[in-house]
Amino acid sequence: MAGKTLYDKVWDAHVVHAEEGDTVLLYIDRHLVHEVTSPQAFEGLQLAGRKPWRTNSMLAVADHNVPTTSRDQGIEDPVSRLQIETLDSNCEHFEITEFKMSDLRQGIVHVIGPEQGATLPGMTVVCGDSHTSTHGAFGALAFGIGTSEVEHVMATQTLLQKKSKSMLISVDGEVGPGVTAKDIVLAIIGEIGTAGGTGYTIEFGGDAIRALSMEGRMTVCNMSIEAGARAGMIGVDDTTINYVKGRPFSPSEERWDAAVAAWRELHSDADAVFDKVVHLDAASIEPQVSWGTSPEMVTSVGSQVPDPASVDDAAKSAGMSRALEYMDLEPHTPISDIKLDRVFIGSCTNSRIEDLRAAAAVIKERKVADSVMQALVVPGSGLVKQQAEKEGLDKIFIDAGFEWREPGCSMCLAMNADKLGEGERCASTSNRNFEGRQGKGGRTHLVSPAMAAAAAIAGHFVDVRNF
Amino acid sequence: MKAFTKLDGLAVPLMRANVDTDAIIPKQFLKSIKRSGFGINLFDEWRYLDPGFPGQDPSERKPDPDFILNEERFAGAQVLIAGENFGCGSSREHAVWALDDYGIRCVIAPSYADIFFNNSFKSGLLPIALDADIVNKLAEECQNTPGYRLAIDLAAQTITSPSGEVISFDVDPFRKDCLLEGLDDIGLTLQKRNSIKDYEAKRKQSAPWLFG
Ligand code: SF4
Repeated sequence: MAGKTLYDKVWDAHVVHAEEGDTVLLYIDRHLVHEVTSPQAFEGLQLAGRKPWRTNSMLAVADHNVPTTSRDQGIEDPVSRLQIETLDSNCEHFEITEFKMSDLRQGIVHVIGPEQGATLPGMTVVCGDSHTSTHGAFGALAFGIGTSEVEHVMATQTLLQKKSKSMLISVDGEVGPGVTAKDIVLAIIGEIGTAGGTGYTIEFGGDAIRALSMEGRMTVCNMSIEAGARAGMIGVDDTTINYVKGRPFSPSEERWDAAVAAWRELHSDADAVFDKVVHLDAASIEPQVSWGTSPEMVTSVGSQVPDPASVDDAAKSAGMSRALEYMDLEPHTPISDIKLDRVFIGSCTNSRIEDLRAAAAVIKERKVADSVMQALVVPGSGLVKQQAEKEGLDKIFIDAGFEWREPGCSMCLAMNADKLGEGERCASTSNRNFEGRQGKGGRTHLVSPAMAAAAAIAGHFVDVRNF
Repeated sequence: MKAFTKLDGLAVPLMRANVDTDAIIPKQFLKSIKRSGFGINLFDEWRYLDPGFPGQDPSERKPDPDFILNEERFAGAQVLIAGENFGCGSSREHAVWALDDYGIRCVIAPSYADIFFNNSFKSGLLPIALDADIVNKLAEECQNTPGYRLAIDLAAQTITSPSGEVISFDVDPFRKDCLLEGLDDIGLTLQKRNSIKDYEAKRKQSAPWLFG
């Protein structure tokens, strides 16, 4: 019999009951909650006279709507304010741990889970948010769910699930200097396409993945959903265990050793069989820049905007033309000729301390180009912000002309006041370049933090390796 | 959960690939704490020429005459014929609620994003996946035939086109039952509360750190 994949192991450990067909009732260990996708679930729960099954599995935070400017004034937008107040009162009512806006630990849900040790290896982690895939970096099975399922998990601690197929994406060899986790994952999506992972749980492996820090691994798993996969996972190793150790929600002394012993098993067996295997050569990956309105529309910084006319598939070619029209780009334009109006460093993809360090290293003693009207840095959490300030990164950003903000989702999805104007072009470290994602008519180019920082200084895209 | 049994509805083709949930319902409308009222802002950025924001007076909006849903002949459409990877992007169930609130009860597309697909069943919206060739053919017929209606029978798993052609489709048996009966799946799961408790008791022994 073939060995088990990491996915098999975590899945099997959580099956409560096998239902009709291949549906199972799957136990959920950690339920992260935010303000946007939870109010209707809480309401449903209350209307049915139900209570959460296990409140200590839940951790709540407001992140999508929060202002990133000074918090003293509260929230100006009454609709956002009501949504956050609703989360506060629901958490109070049901006695759920919540990091309120004034709490130093507040931040983007996918940043604070790992930071607090609330995300542990081998867990099932869900949240009403597609980027829950981030937590798979810990060898957890983590995926986004809709509001009805949020309510289902609240009420029953379980979900009705069908197992997906398994895919191994192996990034073999070593990446060159200046090539980051973000470039790796953008290159992967460029290769397999935005629906390439639909119906699969992806495991990322290979030397280049093993060499990444936990921050880098989170960046990669974060964007699994952009490749269509609900979940992305990485096997546990010393990097994982060292990161988890000593965090507030991590197991304490006596339980630690038993936990570590169990976690050491959380990798695919050597003879495990995947439904699909994809190999990428790490050395061939260059810093990436997206040029279109889907994360698969991505290329190397040294190349040009592609030409729809050179693509045979008529539907694909039409999609590219539509994207170029929206992005106001001409085929064959060198990527380095694309000029930026704004730069955004933040989001659950790239707002952790390492991301801020990488960006600060590029801009040190330099100034944001005059043509760039705004360059924003939004740390992923209050603790990331505090750490960055301890290291003096805030000064580097401010001296260069960046704005140093309070934590939240911010311009990743522009639900708060941080957004692009019609037609504005942004270098962004976030994960989605959909039409209107960062503001109606706004144009998003996805890049790594170092590439975003370099673009802010140059005013256009540049290859950070020669910058 | 809302039931879905049969539908005989006007169809509208929206043949773009990778229609994402940001396009289906833009984020500014996700600030609502309700489940209803999203239909007016379905496809807001494509449907209107002016920027949309919550609480606007709908009579003052400027519909984009070029957007297909705004064409007179598609008013009241209940079946959306769509391109591949429909509903990709965020997990927002608001996308399903917006389609439903607008009046769309069934989507026919070659493929869907997993979370959207899952969410649809929870609100009684039937997502049918068919071969791209068949979807394209339906879209073309729909485009060229005024008043093009499709009859969908979930129990029989068939779609009948105006010419009388019958197309069968696949659906997961468990989901089909839930949809036909409009079952409350939380209630169903809670019938297994003892299994859940047994699982927890065992797991507390083998992995106590998960219950800290
Ligand atoms: S940072 Fe962006 S992608 Fe991440 S949770 Fe917030 S809105 Fe979603």
